[in-house]
Amino acid sequence: MTVLLVALGAALGAPLRYLVDRAVQARHDTVFPWGTCTVNVLGSLVLGVLIGGAAVGAVSGSLVAFLGVGLCGALTTYSTFGYETIRLFEDGARRAALFNAGISVTAAVGAAFLGVTLAEALWA
Amino acid sequence: MGPQRPPVDPDVELDQPSRRAALPDGAASLLTVIAVGGMTGALVRHGLAIAFPHPPRGFPWATFAVNVSGCLLIGVLMVLITEVRDAPRLVRPFLGVGVLGGYTTFSTYAVEVQQAVTAGAARTGLLYLAGTLVAALTAVWLGTALTRLAAGVQRNRSAG
Repeated sequence: MTVLLVALGAALGAPLRYLVDRAVQARHDTVFPWGTCTVNVLGSLVLGVLIGGAAVGAVSGSLVAFLGVGLCGALTTYSTFGYETIRLFEDGARRAALFNAGISVTAAVGAAFLGVTLAEALWA
Repeated sequence: MGPQRPPVDPDVELDQPSRRAALPDGAASLLTVIAVGGMTGALVRHGLAIAFPHPPRGFPWATFAVNVSGCLLIGVLMVLITEVRDAPRLVRPFLGVGVLGGYTTFSTYAVEVQQAVTAGAARTGLLYLAGTLVAALTAVWLGTALTRLAAGVQRNRSAG
């Protein structure tokens, strides 16, 4: 059952990442991968809320499997983030590459902390 | 059309900002292969997470291995389909956006850092944070470099 929920969540999360990426990249004209950064931060925030909620018993294991492991897991990506960072570096945009790595990691971890804090404020 | 210089964002046509949001023809088949690929990747990730659990204060090896191996594979894939040969239309959406995108994860990585720090294992959390970043970026570079070497292609900078 859990496996099914993970699969279902991922089947929604992966296309959602593609659509959000396109939508964000359409709103600026630089080569900076804001789209990937957006999905990664957004997914980390939502997973933080889910894990924080699960810790206080407000979010069920099924919901964590569906929305957390499945949807957020597939909405976010390390491979595209890593590839884009190396591409920027190879293209000579070294400061942009370092900025992408720094902002993505900092913002996503910050979003995870914020998500757990929100869940605790909401349900604890 | 010959092999091209690979894009910074492998999922979006960056050359024409006005076209970035426009879905190409065949959007339904595109989104379907991304969904099926994402599902496949996520199930492998989920299986590894169950097979190799980590204690609350321990190092999240499963996610670490998933993200680093996924980065190695996207390096290999992108060189193969953009520099070595032209691939059929749905190969990149299926394998790159779908399978590898669904396999690797940033959200679990971020939350695992938070969980380690909150559990009182700040050093493990920071080691995991920096270790994944360094290993993943090295893996992308290694994947692209080894594939270029094996395929005998030079890095193409002429377009840029």
